[in-house]
Amino acid sequence: MQKELSVPARRKGNAGSWALIGAVVAVTVAAFGYVGGWLAPQRLTPARLIDQFQRNAGTFAGYRRNHAKGVCVAGYFDSNGQALAYSAAQVFAPGRTPVVGRFAIPGSNPYAPDSSVPIRSMALRFALANGQQWRTGMNSMPVFPVATPQAFFAQLQAQQPDPATGKPDPAKLAAFFAAHPETAAFRAWAKTAKPSASFATESYESLNAFVFVDAHGKRQPVRWRMLPQATDGGGAAGKAGDADYLAADLAGRLAHGPLRWQLQITLANAGDPTNDATKTWPSDRRTIDAGTLVIDATTPQQSGECRDINYDPLVLPAGIVASDDPLLPARSAAYADSYLRRTSEEAHLPGTAAPQPEKQP
Amino acid sequence: MTPTTGTFTLPARVLHWLMAILIVAMLFIGVGMVASVSARHEWLLAIHKPLGIAILILAIVRLAVRLRHPPPPLPADLPALQKLAALASHWLLYALMLAMPLIGWAMLSAGGYPVMLGSSLRLPPIFPVSPVAFAVLRHLHGWFAMLLFLTFLAHMGAALYHGLIRRDGVLSSMIRGRRKTAPASIGYSGEPAENAHAADAGSNGPDAAERIE
Repeated sequence: MQKELSVPARRKGNAGSWALIGAVVAVTVAAFGYVGGWLAPQRLTPARLIDQFQRNAGTFAGYRRNHAKGVCVAGYFDSNGQALAYSAAQVFAPGRTPVVGRFAIPGSNPYAPDSSVPIRSMALRFALANGQQWRTGMNSMPVFPVATPQAFFAQLQAQQPDPATGKPDPAKLAAFFAAHPETAAFRAWAKTAKPSASFATESYESLNAFVFVDAHGKRQPVRWRMLPQATDGGGAAGKAGDADYLAADLAGRLAHGPLRWQLQITLANAGDPTNDATKTWPSDRRTIDAGTLVIDATTPQQSGECRDINYDPLVLPAGIVASDDPLLPARSAAYADSYLRRTSEEAHLPGTAAPQPEKQP
Repeated sequence: MTPTTGTFTLPARVLHWLMAILIVAMLFIGVGMVASVSARHEWLLAIHKPLGIAILILAIVRLAVRLRHPPPPLPADLPALQKLAALASHWLLYALMLAMPLIGWAMLSAGGYPVMLGSSLRLPPIFPVSPVAFAVLRHLHGWFAMLLFLTFLAHMGAALYHGLIRRDGVLSSMIRGRRKTAPASIGYSGEPAENAHAADAGSNGPDAAERIE
């Protein structure tokens, strides 16, 4: 019976039906390919961003693709409760929250000399008692060079070493800076910035804005910084020939006791830009002291707990949310890609670069 | 076990079309968020995790419905190879819709991430922290997503083949809950008319195509 019904039908319109089925499948595949980036080669993706880091400095298997050189630290945060008026995050209730952190220098080369850049970074993971986490990555500079992921990518491309000289092409760099006047504030700072001799004496800035949310849902845009208690300056930056003085200085200081930073929260006024990390907020903005970060231990990153932590700045507890800063989702997405690459290398998965032995080249 | 009736039950049809929308959306959300550095990355990720858990719960309910109410048999004249492909792809779909959320959950656990479904709703970890396990699970999550997408394509293509070319009632058995032409071995009594609307809601495309008949 069924056959009798369907045979004429099959004869009549099958070509059109096959074409329709093929078209539906093809359109679905094309849409999937576009959304997934395979059919959108111009779109900036996390993978393309991390690929550019590797093109600029090489691939160091097992290491972060940026801020590759660093040390693990551990300690705790003693909250004084003052930030609780602005953020309901449990970390700001009076009391202690354990912290696993990492000091590092920017760059993809885990063997770079500590004096190669004037910037130091501090990454922290606060493990709240309620199981939530707050992860933050801060840098010792007042502003970020660029405001968008696209500009950051363009900067990386401009910095790619010329195969002929092994150095970035000055013309390309000049062209990038000319096209990106928002880099002026950072460049002015970088002109006089000196590589510090110690992680302990640096002030670390969130750079990106975030939004605190209080218990009633009221939102307050903020930036934060870790202000060091140690101010001795650390003397001249490293002895000649010592490329790794920062880790040694840190261990030396911790042997004499814990290091402390004050967590300062700067409250934005209405109208202060939250989407532009190249701009500081006026210096009269209200700042509250949220408590004290105490770092009391350090371990090499190969064996420390920080090695396996992705300091994704968008791992936030209830009470802190991302601002509209376009760098934040880009950092989160790119860090995830870097984390997958280095953990894949650690797992010796096929197709990944082999981790290198622990030696200085 | 209730005997087969030649139709999919109303819960089976509602679950099928609801999950079809959710799973296809999930596949697009997944590939879209990992290929984006814009704010889209964040809000897609915020949907991805709770939606994954919703799919896991629905998949468990659906598996129970499926085991309790076996689906109508395929047309008796369907070639054995196509029957086998149908059976295998259906169980592969079930396996993937259960495995994908669990792998995602385990992967975040292994990576040491708090598994947040919202700003404060957190699931417990289901896997010990391990970077090696994270890498393996994260790749599995991606590969299985591709396999799920391919299986979905085959499933959709086969459904349209049944509806447009074979016109054997297989597609309408999932849309209307009864077949226009009964399989040789099975008699059926007409499905109550009020059942039809629930399935029609989510299926303009295939349903419209079926009406061409």
